[in-house]
Amino acid sequence: MTPLLAVDAVSKRFRGLVAVDRVSFSVPQGVICAVIGPNGAGKTTLFNMIAGEFKPDGGTITFGGERIDGHTPDEVCRRGIGRTFQIVRPFPGLSVEDNVVTGALLRRSEVRAARLHAHDVLHRLDLFDKRTLPASALTLPDRKRLEVARALATDPKLLLLDEVIAGLRPTETDRIVAALRDLNRETGLTILLIEHVMRAVMALAQHIVVLHHGAAIAVGAPEVVVRERAVIDSYLGGEAVA
Amino acid sequence: MASRDRAVPAEIYLNVAVSGILTGLVYGLMALGLSVIFGVVRVVNFAHGELMTIAMYIAVVLFSAFKLDPLIMLVPIAMVLFALGYALQAGVINAFITRPEHTQFLLLIALAIIIVNTLLIIFGPDAHSVQTSYAFDSFQVGKLIIDATKLYAAAAALVAATALFAFFRFTDTGTAIRACADNYAGALTVGLDVNRLYALTFGLGAACVGAAGTVLVLIIDVTPQVGPVYTLLAFVIVITGGLGSMPGSLLGGVLIGVTEAMAGLIFTPSAKSMFAFAILVLVLLFRPQGILGRKIS
Amino acid sequence: MMAQLTEGVSRRALLLLATLLAALLIAPLVVNDYLLTALILVLYFAYIGQAWNIMMGFAGQLSLGHSLYVGLGAYTAAALFIHFGIGPWLGFLVAIPVTAACGAFLGFLAFRFGVAGVYFAILTIAFAEFARIGFDHFAWVGGSAGFFLPVKQYAHNDLWLLRGAPAMFYYVMLAATALAFIACRLLLHSRIGYFWQAIREDERAARATGIDTFRYKMYAVIISAVMTSFAGVFHAFYYNNLFPEQIFHISRSIEFILAPIIGGIGSLFGPLLGAFLLETLAEGLREVLALLGVDVPGLRQLFFGVCLLLVVMLLPDGVWPWLARRLRIKESKR
Repeated sequence: MTPLLAVDAVSKRFRGLVAVDRVSFSVPQGVICAVIGPNGAGKTTLFNMIAGEFKPDGGTITFGGERIDGHTPDEVCRRGIGRTFQIVRPFPGLSVEDNVVTGALLRRSEVRAARLHAHDVLHRLDLFDKRTLPASALTLPDRKRLEVARALATDPKLLLLDEVIAGLRPTETDRIVAALRDLNRETGLTILLIEHVMRAVMALAQHIVVLHHGAAIAVGAPEVVVRERAVIDSYLGGEAVA
Repeated sequence: MASRDRAVPAEIYLNVAVSGILTGLVYGLMALGLSVIFGVVRVVNFAHGELMTIAMYIAVVLFSAFKLDPLIMLVPIAMVLFALGYALQAGVINAFITRPEHTQFLLLIALAIIIVNTLLIIFGPDAHSVQTSYAFDSFQVGKLIIDATKLYAAAAALVAATALFAFFRFTDTGTAIRACADNYAGALTVGLDVNRLYALTFGLGAACVGAAGTVLVLIIDVTPQVGPVYTLLAFVIVITGGLGSMPGSLLGGVLIGVTEAMAGLIFTPSAKSMFAFAILVLVLLFRPQGILGRKIS
Repeated sequence: MMAQLTEGVSRRALLLLATLLAALLIAPLVVNDYLLTALILVLYFAYIGQAWNIMMGFAGQLSLGHSLYVGLGAYTAAALFIHFGIGPWLGFLVAIPVTAACGAFLGFLAFRFGVAGVYFAILTIAFAEFARIGFDHFAWVGGSAGFFLPVKQYAHNDLWLLRGAPAMFYYVMLAATALAFIACRLLLHSRIGYFWQAIREDERAARATGIDTFRYKMYAVIISAVMTSFAGVFHAFYYNNLFPEQIFHISRSIEFILAPIIGGIGSLFGPLLGAFLLETLAEGLREVLALLGVDVPGLRQLFFGVCLLLVVMLLPDGVWPWLARRLRIKESKR
C-alpha cells in the first residue's frame, strides 16, 4: 500500500550550512511516527519543508500519491496536512472558540456548521469550557492544545506536531498523549511528531526517524531504533537504554 | 516647461544634473537621519520632514532677526534638534516601541500633524526664505555654472554626513548604537542602556535633519506644508538607497535629486515627484532592500 | 435575515442602535441647515471610516492613501455626467470596476511582492500622490484648474441625478452608512470575516490553517476600495467641484483614518462613534473660537492632531471599547 507521506532524499541548505541532508522515510496511513534527534539536527526544517514553508533544495515530498514539495503552506493544508508550531502561534485576539472555528472553516462554508465542528474538536481536547476566553489569556499547555485543536479542525489526514509536549508537566503530558492516541485509534489520523520527551515518544510512536546533523541515521520500530549504536551515541546516551 | 521646438543645449542638462546632485546631497543628509532612526530604533518616523521644518523656521527666524547665516548656525540648530529628538524619544516614543506597528505610525502621524499646524499658526501659510548676500553668486567651471548656495549647502551636508559616519565607526557610543541595531537582545545582555542609546540615536537622527533643514533653507522656500512632502521624500530615498546603509541614503538622495531635476527639465516641474514615486514602487517590488541595503528579515 | 443580523447582539446594543437610527431619521426635520451640513459630514466620514476599517480593522492592512478611491469615484462619476450626461448611480456602477481594478493592482503589487507594514502604507501614499499629480495634468477632467458640475436651482429633489436640497443628500448618505454598517457586520461574522481576522492576528499561522492569504487580502482591498468610491461619487455631486490637489491630497487620507482610529479600529461602532465625536468636538471648538473672536488657520487641524495623540497614548483601542465597557454593552465577540 502506498504510504500517506513519502519523503525522498530531501535536502535543504542555508547559505553553506546543510540543514537537512538527503533524508528519506515514509509514513504509512494511520501510523504515529516520531522524528527525534539532538537540537539542530534539522527536524523543524524538515517539518517546514513538508508543511510548505520552504522548498527543498533537492528530493521530493509526496503526500497521498501527489508531489507537494514547493507548494504554499495554505495549499499543503488544503491537501490535508495540519501543523502546529514549535513556538505556539494561536490567534491571540480571538477567542479559543474562534481560533478553532477558523480552522473548521477550511472545509465548511457556513459559520454555523464550522462552529459545531469546532465544539467537537474542543471537547476532544478538553478546551470546551475555556472556549470564550481570548487565546492570549491561556496558559502555555492550553495554548499548545489550542494549536492542535485548530489544526485538527481543518480535517487533516496528517497532523504535524512540532514539540507539542515540551514544557508540559507529566500530568499534562499524559493527557495529551492519551488524546492523541485516542484520535489515532478512533479516526485513523496519521501523526508525525517532533519530540524530545522520550517518555511520550515511546508511549506514542509506532515508527521512529532519528536525525543527526541533518541526516537520517536510523529509521524503524521504536525498540529497534533506540538500541542502535549510532542513536545511543548521538542522542540518547547510555542510560536511556538500560 | 522645457520647449519642444528648439534643442536644449547640452550644458543645460549638465547644469541641471549637477544642481540635482548638490540638492540631492542635502536630501541625502535628511534621509540619513531617517535611516539611522529606523535602522536602530526601528521606529518609522512619520514626523521626519516636520522636524526638518522646525529647523528651517529656526534658521529663517535667526536670519531675519539677527542676520545670522544658516551655514554658521548649522551646528547650534542641529544641537537644538538633537535635544528635541532626544526628548521626544525618551519622553513619548519609547513607551511605544513594543506596541503594534500601526500604533507607532499613528503616534508619529499625530506628532507630525501637531508640528505642522503649530508652525502654521505661528508663521502663517506664506513662504519664508533666506536671502543671503551670496544668494545669487555662482561659480563657473568650463561650461558648468554652479550655484554658490547649492555648493555650500552640499558641502555642509557632506561634512555633516562624514561626521556622523565617523561617530558610528570610531566612537564607543557609536559602536554601542550599532550593536543595538544589530541585536537588541544581545545588547541588553551585554548591559547596554538601550533606552538611552535609543534616545541618543533619535536625537542624532533629528540633528541630521536639523542640519539638512538649515542648509536646505538656502535652496528652497519654507512653508509649514513642506514637512509632509519631505517626510515622504525621505522615505523614498531611504528605501531606494537601502535601509541600514548610510552611504545608501546619500546615494539615494543624489539619485532622487538628479531624477527630480531632470524630470523637471524634460517634462514639467510639477511632474517631478511622480518619478520619485515611480522609482519607489519599482524598488519596493524588485529590490526592497534598496541599492546598497542588506536584506532585512 | 433579521435573526442572523441580530444574533449575538445584546438587547442594550440593539436599543442604542434603534434610538440612534430614529434620531438620525428625523434629524433633518428638527435641525437647522448648518447643523444638517455638519451631520452630512459626520455620515460621510463615518461611511469612509467603515470602508477603511475593512482593510485595517478587519484584514490588518494599513492604508494611508484612501483618498485615491474617493478621487477616482468622484472623477469617474463627474466625467460621465459632464461629458455624457450619465447620472451618478450609473456613474457609480462604472466607478466600481475602475476602483476595483486600481485596488486590485495595488494589492497585487503589494501582496505578490511581499510589501507589508510600513512599506505597504508608503506604497498606498505613493499611489494617491501619483493620482494627485496625474489628474493635475488630465485636461479632460479639468486638470488643476478644477472640474465643475453644473448647478441650477432645482424646484424639487432629483434623486436620480443627485440634484436637490441638503436633506436629500443627508438621507442618501444616511442610507449608505446604514447599509455599510450592515454589510460590515455580515462580512465580519461570515467565513471571510474570520479569515480576515486570522490574517490580521498572525498571517503565518493563518496560512498554516489553510487560508489563502493573498486572495483574502485582495478581497479586503477591493471591497474597501469600491465602498470608498461611492463616497467619491457623493462628494462630486454634493460639492459640485473637484480639484486633484484637494481630493487626492494626503491630508484627506489622514482625515479618513481619524474617525475609525479614535472610535476604535476593528469594531463596528468605532468609525461611527469616531466621526460623531470628532465633528462634535470640532464644532464645539469652532463655537468657542468664534466666541473668543479667534480665527486662526490650522487650529482645527492642531486640535485633531492632539485628539489623535491622546487617543493613541491613552485609549489605543479607541473610544468605543472603553465606552462599551462603561455602558456594559458587549460587542458580539469581536
